[in-house]
Amino acid sequence: MRIINEIKKSFLVALWFMFLTFPIMVIKVNPLEKLIVWRWHNLAMVGIASFFISFLLRCAGRWRKSAARRPPALTMKGLSNNPRAYYSALAVIALFSLVFPFIFSAYETSIMTTALMYVILGLGLNIVVGLAGLLDLGYVAFYAVGAYSYALLNYHFGLGFWVSLPIGAMLAAAFGILLGFPVLRLRGDYLAIVTLGFGEIIRLILENWNDFSFGPSGIANIPRPSLFGINLSLAASTIYVYFIALLLVIFTIFVVNRLQDSRIGRAWIALREDEIACQAMGIDKTRIKLAAFAMGATWAGMVGVLFAAKTTFINPASFTFMESAIILSIVVLGGMGSIIGVVIAALLFVLLPEYLRAFADYRMLLFGAVMVLMMIVRPQGIIGKVRRTYVRGQVTGDKRQKNGIITNLL
Amino acid sequence: MTAILKVTGLSMNFGGLRALDDVDLRVEPREIVALIGPNGAGKTTFFNCLTGIYPPVSGTIFMRASSGKQSRLNGLPPNKITAKGMARTFQNIRLFPEMTVLENVMIGCHCRTSAGILGAVFRPRAVRAEEQRIVDSSYKILTRLGLTDVVNDLARNLPYGAQRRLEIARALATEPALLLLDEPAAGMNPRETAELNQLIGKIRDIYEVAILLIEHDMKLVMSLSDRIYVMEYGRRIAVGTPVEVKKNPAVIKAYLGE
Ligand SMILES: Nc1ncnc2c1ncn2[C@@H]1O[C@H](COP(=O)(O)OP(=O)(O)OP(=O)(O)O)[C@@H](O)[C@H]1O
Ligand SMILES: [Mg+2]
Repeated sequence: MRIINEIKKSFLVALWFMFLTFPIMVIKVNPLEKLIVWRWHNLAMVGIASFFISFLLRCAGRWRKSAARRPPALTMKGLSNNPRAYYSALAVIALFSLVFPFIFSAYETSIMTTALMYVILGLGLNIVVGLAGLLDLGYVAFYAVGAYSYALLNYHFGLGFWVSLPIGAMLAAAFGILLGFPVLRLRGDYLAIVTLGFGEIIRLILENWNDFSFGPSGIANIPRPSLFGINLSLAASTIYVYFIALLLVIFTIFVVNRLQDSRIGRAWIALREDEIACQAMGIDKTRIKLAAFAMGATWAGMVGVLFAAKTTFINPASFTFMESAIILSIVVLGGMGSIIGVVIAALLFVLLPEYLRAFADYRMLLFGAVMVLMMIVRPQGIIGKVRRTYVRGQVTGDKRQKNGIITNLL
Repeated sequence: MTAILKVTGLSMNFGGLRALDDVDLRVEPREIVALIGPNGAGKTTFFNCLTGIYPPVSGTIFMRASSGKQSRLNGLPPNKITAKGMARTFQNIRLFPEMTVLENVMIGCHCRTSAGILGAVFRPRAVRAEEQRIVDSSYKILTRLGLTDVVNDLARNLPYGAQRRLEIARALATEPALLLLDEPAAGMNPRETAELNQLIGKIRDIYEVAILLIEHDMKLVMSLSDRIYVMEYGRRIAVGTPVEVKKNPAVIKAYLGE
């Protein structure tokens, strides 16, 4: 019954679209021969396409409605309440990530490293967008700051990777605060536009300030990370970088998880939920916003350093708006504020395109379609965040807390 | 001077509209004062000026902290004013909908606690103890406001009356000396309103706060208030005890027309 109704509605939509697009899609005037070409097949195509799209959207909308009534299936709460299954899963993941570079080729290890880097980027942006609710479209700028700090520090002063890592992170944090100041008063779309501009400004500076950044030709021969001063072979170095990335991911998860369950993390969420009420509760909006920008940028800066070390060559073309968009999509797809969700989304986003090269031409199309579908079907992301519960009189003895770092983030 | 809040000559404009015109108001410690007036009289605007959301065009706001120190609130940002001991609720409920009830109250503790980013990451004993204090004191407030059963529910899933109480709970968590309530009974049924009536009295006694209350429910206002201020078109038209205000011809005119 319902289905027939939906078909009827979709049919009407299709008719309406055919009518609307009739002048452009069907009539074609040939001024040379003073002829009118009637392209009826276009009409049919528009009709069929709009019918199916409308029908799909309707079904998706219906599904979403019924899904909203059901308790969220994929919150992983079940898993975290079942310690044995949880620890086994964790052990398998840990083992797999440890042996990964030894069972897969250098090429695949390198792709996995990239994926891990996007995990960190996603988690970092998640602080700004997911927790604090500040839509930042220029996140890639901090990534660039990190990469160029390592490249330039190494070029001019010969600083190594491990020294540059914290410096790059701190410089990025400083840039985060620098960007934060002018946009303190902005929200939503306005904030998005200004941060977008900021990202482009950084890229354009890098592209045009030749004396400083060597312009579009970039900086080459950046050394790979060294292991206690030993220079590794290319293959060994790939594995080494993989483990550095893995370590950074664990570090990031640890820190972000603790942050979001803290006084500061709660203040970020409050800021996202209602700015005025947040201030009325005694939260210093300025400080908390700047803290979010700085904390988010820190991770981007760190990954930037790692990126420069991994590729040994950087130029401004690596830091386009597209990167920001991908990182943002990871956050949105994963579920704003959910760590596990962001990790899964980052892995999907980087690994799928690599392994589905056959569809490379349709990459952006699929990308868009997936985003639209997600927004309709599961706007809270792959894994919705479950709010933490607290027990009176025993925060530290709280079961979820005792299970260690990873349980809390589920 | 003993008054906990002393406002003199407060004025506020919205474009050409004079929303507040030279309003004076005092609140003594542990006093319940009502602010009433017809719709659009400027009551909420008055609250917004007190709490730093709007900057008043003129006038002074002084508040006496529990330490006895008097401080001027004009020009301070909202969070500083809350830190000085003024907390408020909103007429159109402004909870943090995606946070749990408990977390909403925990946010209120923000300005009385201090853990920063490093504290969050390293979680030293002091920070853990502070977190515990936040949880415990939030629980306590929620118990007193009868919200124990829903501590772990999302704020947006609460029924309307409970949301209003949660707003009060959240404000209490900031450890105020003066509590501003903007139409706490709006949207409540008579039974809930009667309960609220008792609750507000209880809050005043337990937390030893002064309460400034905007309310349209006259029964509530008359039974609770020590003094009542009446506003119309941004001006204060009367002030006095409930009995005095009820008899005041200007008030009767404002409410009943000519
Ligand atoms: N942000 C604003 N911008 C412009 N005008 C405003 C603004 N806020 C309030 N006003 C106007 O100021 C006047 C007083 O509004 P206010 O909200 O303070 O009234 P109120 O006494 O709280 O009324 P109610 O009982 O309906 O809540 C109204 O005329 C209102 O339209
Ligand atoms: Mg009002």
